[in-house]
Formats: sequence, C-alpha cells, structure tokens
Amino acid sequence: MECNSCNDEHIGKRKRKRGKNHCTFENKEPIKSGLEAIKIALAGQPNVGKSMLINALSGSNSVKVGNFSGVTVDKLEVCFEHHCHLFDLIDLPGTYSIDGFTQEEKVAKEFLVNEDYDLILNVVDSTNLQRNLLLTLELLELNKKMVVALNMSDEAEKDNIHIDTKQLEKILGVKVIKVSAKSGQGVEELLELLHNEADKQEREVSNVIFSDPVEEELIKIENFLNERGFSYGDLTNTEVAIGLLFEDTKLYKKLHENPIMIELYPLLIDSREHIYTHHDSKDIKEIKLAEHAAIARGISKEVLSAKSKSKSLTLTQKIDSILMHKYFGIPIFLFFMWGLFQLTFEFGALPMDYIDGAISSFGSFVGSFISNDGLRSLIVDGIISGVGAVLLFLPNIVILYLGIALLETTGYMSRVAFILDGFFHKFGLHGKSFIPLVTGFGCTVPAYMAARTLKSEKDRLITLFILGFMSCGARLPIYVLFIGAFFSQEIAGNILFLIYISGALLGLIMAKALRVFVFKGEDEPFVMELPRYRMPSIKLLWHTVYSKALGYLKKAGTFILAASMLIWFASNYPKNSSLTKSYQTKIEQAQSKEQKQNLENELNSKLLENSYLGVIGKSTEAFFAPLGFDWRLTVALETGLAAKEVVVSTLGVLYSVGEVDESSDTLKEILRKNIDIAAALSFIVFVMIYLPCLAASSVFVKEAGGFRYLVYLFIFTTTTAWVLSFITYNVVKLLA
Amino acid sequence: MKLSKLKKGQSAIVKSVDGTKEMKQRFLSFGLSKGAEVTLIDCSLTKSNIEIMVDTTLLALRREEAQNIEVEV
Repeated sequence: MECNSCNDEHIGKRKRKRGKNHCTFENKEPIKSGLEAIKIALAGQPNVGKSMLINALSGSNSVKVGNFSGVTVDKLEVCFEHHCHLFDLIDLPGTYSIDGFTQEEKVAKEFLVNEDYDLILNVVDSTNLQRNLLLTLELLELNKKMVVALNMSDEAEKDNIHIDTKQLEKILGVKVIKVSAKSGQGVEELLELLHNEADKQEREVSNVIFSDPVEEELIKIENFLNERGFSYGDLTNTEVAIGLLFEDTKLYKKLHENPIMIELYPLLIDSREHIYTHHDSKDIKEIKLAEHAAIARGISKEVLSAKSKSKSLTLTQKIDSILMHKYFGIPIFLFFMWGLFQLTFEFGALPMDYIDGAISSFGSFVGSFISNDGLRSLIVDGIISGVGAVLLFLPNIVILYLGIALLETTGYMSRVAFILDGFFHKFGLHGKSFIPLVTGFGCTVPAYMAARTLKSEKDRLITLFILGFMSCGARLPIYVLFIGAFFSQEIAGNILFLIYISGALLGLIMAKALRVFVFKGEDEPFVMELPRYRMPSIKLLWHTVYSKALGYLKKAGTFILAASMLIWFASNYPKNSSLTKSYQTKIEQAQSKEQKQNLENELNSKLLENSYLGVIGKSTEAFFAPLGFDWRLTVALETGLAAKEVVVSTLGVLYSVGEVDESSDTLKEILRKNIDIAAALSFIVFVMIYLPCLAASSVFVKEAGGFRYLVYLFIFTTTTAWVLSFITYNVVKLLA
Repeated sequence: MKLSKLKKGQSAIVKSVDGTKEMKQRFLSFGLSKGAEVTLIDCSLTKSNIEIMVDTTLLALRREEAQNIEVEV
C-alpha cells in the first residue's frame, strides 16, 4: 500500500545498534527518514515451506533479493515494505537442529548467536509439529524475541489436525500464529504481529519445563544466583541457569571473569553429576536433545488433537509403495532419468539452430560496423563466437534445472537416494551423490553445484573429484569426430556408449580408491527425512529456474567472455607480418579458388604454429609424446582446458582446413592420415578423464573450498589420464 | 531387540540410542529418542536400507545405523 500517511506512531522504538544496512531501497524514496528496517532471522527445519512463506510475506513489494554467501551455504536476504514498515528478512538454511555438525547448522547457529537482529521468525510445519518443536526449543534458548508461525495450517486442517495455539503460546511463552503461505491465509496478521513484537520493549520469557531432575538442579542454581543478587543483561536468572547447566559457550565466555563463577563452579559440577547419572550419559549436548525430545512429545500431546490418520501421510505412503517398490523402484527412476535427458537434449536442440543463426548474424552485423581488422576479429571471432557457443546451451540448462527442481520440490529426490544408497555405498559414495553424477552427463558446472546437497564434507569432496569422469555434453563433438574417423558407421553408436559407460565406471572405481586412500574415516550416516509428497508451487519453480538461468547468463557474460578473449589473443599473437606478406602475394598469384583456399589454410596453420598457443604446444610436446600425441593434439588438449568445444575447432585450424565442425569429412580424413589408431584411442581416453573446462574448474574451486583442491584435481585427473592413455596407446600398438 | 529386527509394519518404543556422538545427535534431532514410537515401513531390495516412521515423520536410514537403536515391542 501507499505510505503517505505514515506518522510517528508507526515508527518503532527499536533500539539496536545498526551495522551496515543491507536494505538500501534504491528504487524508492524512504517513507520517512530515520526509519529502520526490522531485521528478522528466519529459521525452520527443511521442507516447512520457508521459501514459499518468504514469497508470500514480501509479495510483489520485494525490493532487493540478494545473496550473501557463507562458506558454501547461502543465506538469502529479502527486503520489502509493508504498512509503513521496512522488513529485512534473513533466510537461514533449513536445519533440523542448530547444535549439530553440518555446514548449514553451523551457518545458522553462527548467525543466530553472533549477528544483530530484531527477532527470530520460527517457521513450523503444522503437519509435523512434534519434530519441528525440537528446533523451536533450541531457538528459545537463544533468549531473543521470537514469533512462531505454524505454516501449512490449511493442510493440517484438511488432515483433521487441530493445534491449540493459545495453549502453545502459554507453554512456549512466545506468540504463535497460524499461517498458510500457499493460500496467503494469516500472512497479513503475521506481518502485523512481527512489527508489533519488534517494537515491544520487553522480551517474553519462555515457560518450558524440563524433566524433574533437571528442573531441580535449575532451581538450585537459580536460587543461588538470586541470593547473590546476580543479574546479567536482559536474561532472567532461570535463563542464566539453563545456559550454565547446558554449556552455553557464549554465556561462559561472557561470565568467566565474573567473581561469582568461583562459587558457581562446584555447584555446576555437582548439578551436572546428578544429571549425568539420571540420563546415563556424560554428553550434555545429547542430554539436552533428549530433554527437548521429551518436552516436544509432552507439548504435542497437550496442544495437538488429530482425529484420524493424516490423509497426506496415507497418500504419501501409497505413492511410495509404487515409487519405492522393491523391484520397480529402480526401473521407474531410470525411466524418469531417461525421460529427463531425452527432454534436455531433444527439446533443448529445438531452439539451438535459431540461437546459432541469431548469434552468427549478430556477429556479422556487428562486424560490418568495425573497420579495424584486429578489433573486428577480437569481437566477432573471439568474444561473440566464444560467448555464443555457451549461450547455445541455455535451453538445455533450463530444462535440466527444471527437472532437478521438480525432483527436489516434490520430495522424490530423497526416495531415489534411499533406493540407490545400497549400491553407491559399496563404492564409498552416498546415496545422494547420484544427483550431481547424473547432472554431470549434461554439464559439469551445475553438477558441481548440485553436490551441495551432500552434508558430509568427505562425501562431497569425493563426489566433486569424480564428477569430471561423467563425460559432459561438450565432450561429445570430440568423440563423434574421432569415432567417425577411426570406426565404421555400424559400430559407432556402441563405441560412443562404451565411452560414456566406461567413464562412469571409472568414476565409481576412483570414488572407492579415494575413499580408501585419501578421504578415509567414518562414513556419513545415512539418516534422512522422506518428506511428504507435495505439489510444487509454480511460482517457486519459476523463481528457481529463472535465477539459475540468470546466473548462467551472467557467467557467460563475465567468465566465458574473458576466457574467449584470452584464447583469441593466444592464438592470434604475436603477429608475423613477413610471413603474412609472403603468403598474400602467393594467394594473389594463385590461379584457382581451391589453390587460394589451400594457401590461406597453410598460412593460418603456420601463423598458429608461431602464436603463443603454438609455442606452448610445442614446448609441452615432450610430455605427451609417450601417448602418441603430436604438438597439434597437444595444443588441442590445452585449449580444451578453456572449453571442451574448443578442442574440435582447434584441431580443425591446426590441420589446416579452416573452420570445421564434427561432421566435416575432410578433417576426418586428415586425422586418419596423420594419426594412427593407437594415438586416436589414447586421445579419446585422455579427453574422457582430464580436467574439465575452465568454467567448471572455477566452480570447482568455489565448491571444494579452495584453490589447492583444484591443484589436487589437476594432478589427480592428469595423472590418471596420462597413465590410462599410455596403457591404451601401447596395448593398441602391440595388438595392431 | 534392535530396530533393524522389526518386521514390516511392526511398531515399537525406543529404549536406547547408541552410536557415535555425531550419529546420536543426528538421531535425536529427528526425534528418535528414548520413548519415541517407531514403525518399520519398508526395506530396500538389498535390505541395506530401511524406512521407518517416527511420530509423523518418515525416515530413511542404513541397516547398520539402525543397529544402534534398541527398541521394545
């Protein structure tokens, strides 16, 4: 709504030291100067509809959606305006607990404990109240202002689940409100509630009651604190007692120099001992979790009344009986995957010709305006064709992402992880690794990102390291070219299939090797929720795919652009004008068109031989000689580090036939004349294994968490590629 | 008895949760704690993974992890 009538009473009395304000509202005039955004930390378990609630809360009013990243897990920030209030939502990663070991849990905890914000909005799945309360209880112990939103309340009602919010408020001590992000019900009220709470001077205190033995100890500690007239910050002495008993590290840090601690320590040790005996465990964290579980069970009994078995749960189990069927589960999954790839390649190919045509006509259109030869070559041959080659794959990427988003949002993905875990586990991989591995057949870049779904660092690294073995779409032209040159048409398809399969098998074997020799240690436990099936929200799907596509385009505009310029430069410089001149006279004197063409090709190949790229190829020739590669194959492999598509065009230029594509017969023939079958097979093997393209490598650095991992990957893949190519070359030579 | 020994469709009450620190915490954060009611829903083909229901949540876990959970029918 328009906010012309904002007056002072609307403006909160929030007292908070402001750090840097992320909400800048560039497009709008601030309603009133001095108005500060209410900063809200959004916390909730996975699959509670948090993203959907953010969409519902911010509506179309959202001003700025930006990512500021943690290490590998992103927090999302959304700013918007509502009824004269500015809201600044920080979406924390969905976690079952904030006390655990996973990266998401650490990111969430780190923010909740150390950052400055006005209140916590805890989003809860009404259909799964008891388990969701476990997180709610942990959040309460942070002693911050908090509001609990019971999301999916419409679904719960349909399921005949009734939650007594008044009673729940009484127990938790914080405001509880029913909402539905899907229908928008309760969203207005929630926003209202949020700024009312933020404006309040006082924070509510939780009334959660622990088990008798714990309560006894808490009272002892609290009484002691009261006797000494102790008070700390805005905490009640009960809250201090809970913090001390359950090892709240931040509280200990703050209090450790306080003289009262000397007397407190014996008391605390004594209390702990009592609790240890009672719980038969010496792990205070574990005891706290067990206490929470008992409390959650109690609360759920008190506030929840479910009349019949949940309909959505029954439906989920019915669908599961088909999709997770003992014998049909895997075939059904394979069928879905096959379908996704058919769609990716078939539908993705439809607009390709148009995009290709548009790019080349755009290139010549732009070229016609530039008179300077060098500049034109840079822009048309370097930038436009380089970036264009990447843009060509945008439709494939969009379809693939849509498929993956569907897998994720419907809840099917965790089922597949369940089905495949048994098989993958034998190779030292986690069931969830299948998503990035399958994505890797399309493009390695999104595959690296997809590996984020793996919680364990070791599982994630192993998956990242073997992903390159899944031959990506860009390597296909190379295979097609070489198979066409050295094998008969009849068996070409089988050879291609063999290449892909052996790549995947090699990946699995390498995973096992990495697990045994490098990333040793305990396996990541496979305990995961199988969420209920839900119809995906179109809005959310659109949002996901749109932002992924945008990211891809951005990469094409920045990274690929720079790489294209670099390759162009290295293959065009240093200029050799005397050589050019001598050839130009020859070309002018040439009789036939064919002769001219040949001379031009010869010139191009001579120029390339003397370019920086050619020099690099020649200098590294010795390294590749044992594999049967000449300097031209060497250069092709090296330019392939930038992008695998470049390998074919480089070969084309180097073998002097000008611009070629993979179906060019002449290049095939020239390859057959220049290379023996042993070298060709060894080349295919090398291409299968060696480092993915520059774009993928840079994503790898980001995902693996450091440049040194790329060095490891480079050594790992190059060594494997070299050794296997060497074996291939010599075995084939012996046989032939 | 061990959770992994339950028959398909059989329910039981959790008596104790064992295992590494990390695993115990993982179990607890899903509500798999002493006193919780669990039902074995299904096993995978090779019996290496099992599907259980805790409260209203469906969980998947490996058989060897399920060994850590002692239940009482």
